Amino acid sequence: MYLNANNISYAYKKNKPILKNLSISIPDNKVIGLMGDSGSGKSTLCKVISGYIKNYTGTVTLDNNLIETKDFYPIQLIFQHPEKTMNPKWKMHKVLSESWNPPQELMDTFGLKDNWLGRWPNELSGGELQRFSILRALNPKTKFIIADEISTMLDAVTQVQIWDALLDYCKQNKIGILAVSHDKELLEVIADDILLFNEINKL
Amino acid sequence: MSSLSKLNPLNSMNLRQKTILLIGLIVLLLVLVYASSLSIDPANILTDFTLRNQPPSFEHLFGTDWLGRDMLTRTIKGLGLSIFIGAVASILSSILAIIMAFISSVNKYGDVLIAWLIDFFASIPHLLLLIMISICLGKGAMGVIIGVACTHWTSLARVLRVEIKEIQTSEYVQLSEKFGKNKFWIAKEHILILVITQVIVGTLLIFPHAIMHEASITFLGFGLSPHEPAIGIILSESMSYLTTGAWWLAVFPGVMLLIIVLLFDILGEEVEKLLDPTKAQK
Amino acid sequence: MENDLLTVQNVSISFTQYVQGLQQHILKVISDLSLSVKEGEVVAILGSSGSGKSLLAHAILGILPENGQCDGTISFKGEVLTQEKKEELRGEHICLIPQSVNFLDPLMKVREQAIGDVKDEEKEKALKHQKEIFEKYGLAEEVGDMYPFELSGGMARKVLLSTALLSDPELVVADEPTPGLDQASVNETINDIKRLAQEGKGVLLITHEIDVALKTADRIAIFYSGYVIEINKAENFNDVNKLLHPYTKSLIEALPRNGFKLTSGVQPLEEVDGCPYFENCPIRSDICQNNKPDLIDHNGIMIRCHNFDKEVN
Repeated sequence: MYLNANNISYAYKKNKPILKNLSISIPDNKVIGLMGDSGSGKSTLCKVISGYIKNYTGTVTLDNNLIETKDFYPIQLIFQHPEKTMNPKWKMHKVLSESWNPPQELMDTFGLKDNWLGRWPNELSGGELQRFSILRALNPKTKFIIADEISTMLDAVTQVQIWDALLDYCKQNKIGILAVSHDKELLEVIADDILLFNEINKL
Repeated sequence: MSSLSKLNPLNSMNLRQKTILLIGLIVLLLVLVYASSLSIDPANILTDFTLRNQPPSFEHLFGTDWLGRDMLTRTIKGLGLSIFIGAVASILSSILAIIMAFISSVNKYGDVLIAWLIDFFASIPHLLLLIMISICLGKGAMGVIIGVACTHWTSLARVLRVEIKEIQTSEYVQLSEKFGKNKFWIAKEHILILVITQVIVGTLLIFPHAIMHEASITFLGFGLSPHEPAIGIILSESMSYLTTGAWWLAVFPGVMLLIIVLLFDILGEEVEKLLDPTKAQK
Repeated sequence: MENDLLTVQNVSISFTQYVQGLQQHILKVISDLSLSVKEGEVVAILGSSGSGKSLLAHAILGILPENGQCDGTISFKGEVLTQEKKEELRGEHICLIPQSVNFLDPLMKVREQAIGDVKDEEKEKALKHQKEIFEKYGLAEEVGDMYPFELSGGMARKVLLSTALLSDPELVVADEPTPGLDQASVNETINDIKRLAQEGKGVLLITHEIDVALKTADRIAIFYSGYVIEINKAENFNDVNKLLHPYTKSLIEALPRNGFKLTSGVQPLEEVDGCPYFENCPIRSDICQNNKPDLIDHNGIMIRCHNFDKEVN
């Protein structure tokens, strides 16, 4: 299966485009790294591909089919700041089960402790919350993961742990990954191919 | 100093425990006033012409009126009625606010309509609109309740509208849509739990307004009918006797009404402290 | 010890919070932290974001929130700092470079904020000084007329830096100066901070970015679960064998360029009796479970571990 974004253009303000005629193709058995500086529009592209921004021009397709928006969206975005993606009045078990109930084995792989499930989001650190938000995105209906600077705020040890678990799961389940980061060294380790954002964005 | 503070149990409590204690006391007091007013049958308030216009004494703490009726009993009966009308009116008003905020969250047109409605209702002086509605509905308790409800929903609706808008643009709600959740589910699971605090506090804070407005329009003769044992009625009747020096007819019921209003105001603020964690970390 | 600008001894910072219902809970964020900053030295505190290390900066400047409590002693040039003393020193002798432009007043022009509240007769002098400092850090003159929202990330960083330096402080506390910047701006920030040290100022750099710490600092303190577990010279981080604590080693080996090595285990959420790294430690022994190791000096390297010398060669 291929995820294709064709000729994407988008502007927050008229006449000031941030994305222009940008095309990208991601196969389901690869990790594509996308490198660019902060503020260059990488996050905007992530939001377009994963359906958060709707009024763009161009198309986003899965094997040349447009994506149904009402159901579970098969392209899941993982954000840089997990704490913003969780309802502060929900305990962690509800946060996780909003998407699905992963098997115990997978919880262990991601290093999720059982006693974290009864806690509120503000009682866990960014690294712990990010484990939840990644596992939450790995619903069986997910076909592609868009990872937008997901380990930028984490320490190096946690960074290895979450990427190791994520890459492993996605390889086994044929989930393609678009890994977006400013960190060249990281992308060189995790990605099969690396694209430069400024080269594919034809501003 | 330290040994003294140990003796005083209040000092050993944290702020939240003190807040709960205060809330408990206020609620107890209000329930007590309401319960005792229920136990009073207006028919049993004795008319005794030998005791006309008695100033306050140990037998009649609030004095008696021109028919020799005990003013303390009348005041408590009136306060009970005030609390009842206040409760019904503020709950109705909150329900109205929730409905309005919900409509505004559905789509752009709904939002424009509600924003216009809020501005419209908020721009007319409360009392004027209240009197008009009350007269239209034939005065009486019904007219006052509907009148208060229709004029007091705007501030809560405004808060809820903004709050809901902010929640709707949050990443966790957008993400919820991507998990395939529908709007109704999101409203129920995500939004409701986050605005429930504002709804409770908002309702409690409408209370004092409702009571005051009920009393004022009744006093002016546009509210409850003269045979109801309402504070507004008591106050307007007392006007004719004030010149003869019967000050107790107005002062005690008036002060009692003020105390009840203040109690509700404090209650609202304390509950807010309890529910809003940013104000409670002490 | 004589030329220590800042000395932090056994500092713990905790918060009182309501957890559930009526219970108040004391949340310990920083435990038993000791370190020093000399003149002309950059000391980095490296810890994951959200681990509470910024609170040390707030404690040094005396701007902790009301429900926060700070135990232990913080001294400046050998003098113990009280709250009054902190208020006297901050802005003059000790300055903070805050995390983001949100610390600036959004409705005030940059220049006005930089010079602060000065008397009319001194204003001219202050403006001249501000111009010099802005020029020194590569800010064009028109930047002074901008409002905070008009600044780009890199520019904002420079404004915060030069504003903090206007009063010519002896100690600069930089709280996460680099996130969200492009590589060029990060490098410039690093150079600016190094230049401060060359001018003889002491710098305490608080960051979660290991590369920034490595490139900027003379010594690096590693923060784990509220504890500083090792303070080592920056050059020693190039050689894993010169690092003493097992967590520091795994942190360095986890870097993409050093092999992206996986170490499992997470930082404990609750206060533990023994060593905070006990659960994940490869060289633990019985003593570690219930006895907290102290931060001790081992040939100039500070280390918090019972067994560090077992593995050394």
